[in-house]
Amino acid sequence: MLEIKNLHASINGKEILKGLSLTVRPGEIHAIMGPNGAGKSTLSSVLTGNPVFDVTHGEITFYGKNLLELTPEHRANEGIFLSFQYPVEIPGVSMVNFMRTAINEQRKYRKLPPISSTDFLRLMREKKELVEMDNKLTNRSVNEGFSGGEKKKNEIFQMAMLEPRLAILDETDSGLDIDALRIVANGVNRLKNPENAAIVITHYQRLLDYIIPDFVHVLYDGRIVKSGTKELAFELEEKGYDWIKREVEEE
Amino acid sequence: MAEDILHEVTQNEYKYGFTSDIETDIIPIGLNEEVIRLISSKKNEPEWMLDFRLKAYRHWLTQEIPQWAHLEIPKIDYQSIAYYAAPRKNAPKSLDEVDPELLKTFDKLGIPLEEQKALSGMAVDAVMDSVSVKTTFKENLAELGIIFCSFSEAVEHHPDLVKKYMSSVVPYTDNFFATLNCAVFSDGSFVYIPKGVRCPMELSTYFRINSLNTGQFERTLIIADEDSYVSYLEGCTAPMRDENQLHAAIVEIVVMKNAEVKYSTVQNWYPGDKNGKGGIFNFVTKRGICKGENSKISWTQVETGSAITWKYPSCILLGDNSSAEFYSVAVTNHYQQADTGTKMLHIGKNTRSHILSKGISAGYSQNSYRGLVKVNPAAQNARNFSQCDSLLLSDKCGAHTFPYMEVNNDSSVVEHEATTSKISEDQIFYCNQRGISTEDAIGLIVNGYAKEVLNKLPMEFAVEAQKLLQITLEGSVG
Repeated sequence: MLEIKNLHASINGKEILKGLSLTVRPGEIHAIMGPNGAGKSTLSSVLTGNPVFDVTHGEITFYGKNLLELTPEHRANEGIFLSFQYPVEIPGVSMVNFMRTAINEQRKYRKLPPISSTDFLRLMREKKELVEMDNKLTNRSVNEGFSGGEKKKNEIFQMAMLEPRLAILDETDSGLDIDALRIVANGVNRLKNPENAAIVITHYQRLLDYIIPDFVHVLYDGRIVKSGTKELAFELEEKGYDWIKREVEEE
Repeated sequence: MAEDILHEVTQNEYKYGFTSDIETDIIPIGLNEEVIRLISSKKNEPEWMLDFRLKAYRHWLTQEIPQWAHLEIPKIDYQSIAYYAAPRKNAPKSLDEVDPELLKTFDKLGIPLEEQKALSGMAVDAVMDSVSVKTTFKENLAELGIIFCSFSEAVEHHPDLVKKYMSSVVPYTDNFFATLNCAVFSDGSFVYIPKGVRCPMELSTYFRINSLNTGQFERTLIIADEDSYVSYLEGCTAPMRDENQLHAAIVEIVVMKNAEVKYSTVQNWYPGDKNGKGGIFNFVTKRGICKGENSKISWTQVETGSAITWKYPSCILLGDNSSAEFYSVAVTNHYQQADTGTKMLHIGKNTRSHILSKGISAGYSQNSYRGLVKVNPAAQNARNFSQCDSLLLSDKCGAHTFPYMEVNNDSSVVEHEATTSKISEDQIFYCNQRGISTEDAIGLIVNGYAKEVLNKLPMEFAVEAQKLLQITLEGSVG
C-alpha cells in the first residue's frame, strides 16, 4: 500500500532524511526505532504532508497515488492517520464538533452524504468504549486541559473514529504510564485487521510488548540502516544503538 | 491547488456587492441649510422636525471630527455626498406596488420581504438608501398595540412619542457624527412596545445603501414600556464601489421598569477590496437607557463589514437593579479598521453590566476594543465584568484593547480580563491531518472562539453569522 523510495527531506535547508526507503503492505505493523535526531518524527511529518518540511528527492506512493502531490487533508481522507507526538489544543472547538467535521469531510471525499446525528452518536459511544475514554473528555474542547495520557488516548480515539488504512503512531508511548500504555495498545490491536497497516515510531521496546510488530527498522542519520523482526527490538533494548552506529560508520 | 482555492475565495469575498438598477430620486450633492430644508420638505415633515434638524446642523458646523479613536480616517468631503436618495416609487401600500427591481434586490439579499417568507418568523422593515421600503406584519403587530414602522411614518402618525423620546438618549450635541445624523437623517425604524406586551416575533430592519455617492443616515428608536419585551435585529449590506461611502446612524433605546430589549446586529457593509480600496465608513452612535427598575438591555453585535467602524453601543443604567450586556465579535481583514466597544454607565443601585468582546484580526487590519465602565457615586453595589479577547490570524495585523474604568463607589466590583491568542500553524496542520481543509479549520477555530457571542444571537442570525465569519476570513491565514 505504501512505497517510499529514496526519500530526502529537509527543514530550513538542513537535510534530515537522506535516502529512506520502506515498503508497507496491508495487514503489517512496522516499528521504526532509532536514536534521538535520527529523523523518526520527520518521517511521520513528511508522510502526512506537514508544510514545514521540504521533500527534495525521492517518491512516496500510497495505493499507486503519488502522495507528494496531495495536500495534507487529501492524504488524511485517503486514509492516512497520524497519532501526534504532541497533540495540539484547539480552544473553543468541541471534540464532538471537530470529530463530526472530520468524519463528514472524509465522507464527502468518498462521495457519501453527511453522517446522521444518531449514527454519529452511536459511533462515538462505541469508539469511546474501545479506548476507555471518559465521557467528559469528548464534551470538552479538542485536547484543552487534557493530561498527557488523555491526549494520547484521544489520538487513538480519533483513529478509531476515522478507521484509517494506514496509521502512524508517533511516539504514542512517550509520557504514558503502564495502565494508559496498555489501554492505548489494546485500542490499536483491536483496530487491527488484514486490510490496514500501522507504522509505530518509538524509542523504547516497551510499547512493542503490547503491539507486536511484523518488522522492526532502525532509522539512523536519515536512513533505514537495519531491518528485522521483533527480535531486533530486543537486541536494541539490550545493546543500545551504539553498535548500529559503528556498523554504519564502518561501511 | 491551494492558490486556486485562495483565488476563488478572494474573488467571492463579498457576495452582496451588486447594484440594483432602480429609478432613484436623488438630490444634488452638498450640505447646507437649503439641503436640509429640501430633505425635510421631501418627507413632508412638520415644522418641529425641521427646527430640530436646523438646530443640529448649526451645531454640527461648530464640531470637529473626533480624533481619539485608533483609526486612520481619510479626510471626508461632506460637500461631495448626496444626503438623500430614494427609490422613485414612494410609499407602496402592498407588495404588488413595490418596484420589482427592488423586490429582486431584497430577494438576492435573502431578506424575507414576501409575506409567506416572513411567516417563517420575523417582521421586517427594509430601508433602501434613504427611505423605508416596506414594513411587513405591521397590522398583525398593531393588534397587540405594537408600533413597528418607518421613522417617517412615526413622525407622521405618532408625533407625541417621537417628540418625547427622540434625542432623549443621544442628544443632538452628542458627537460629530450623531449631530450630522440629526441634521440630515432620512429614515429608519421605529418601535414601540406597550405595557405588559411581549413581542411575539423578532423585529428586524434591513439597511441597504444602493446609490452612488450617497450617505446613509438612518435612525432607529425603540421604546419598551413597562413589563414588555422585544428582540430586534438589524442587518446591513452595500454594493462594492471604489469610493468610500459614509454611514452615520443613530440607535436609541428606552427601556422602562421590568422591560427588556435585546438588540442584535449583523453588520456587513461593504468592507472595501483586499487592497483597501472603497468600503463603507461606519460611524454609528448606539445607546440605550435602562430607565426603570429591573430593566435590561442586551446588545449583541457581529461586525464583519465596513472599511472603518467606529461604534460603541452603550447603556445608561439609571434604574435600580437594572442590567446590561454587551456581546461583540468584530472581525477585520485586509485593510479594515475597527474601533469598537461599549460604555456602561452605572447610576442606579445594584446595577450590573457584562461585557464580552471578541476581536479577530487578519491581513493588515487594525482591530481595537475601547470600553468605558463608569460607576457613579450613588451606584451602590454596582457590578461589572468585562472580558476582551483578541485572536490574531496574521503577523501584519494589530489588536488593541483600551479599557477605561472610572469607579466612584467603593461598594462596587469591577473586573476586567483580557487575552490575546493566535491561530497557530500547528493547529491548522492538526485539522488538516484529520481531513479538514485550512479554510474549514479556520472556520471551526474562529467560530469556536466566537461561540459565546454567536450563541446570543437569535437562531436564524446565528447560522448566518457563522457563515459570514468564515467568508470574511477566507484566504486570510498564511
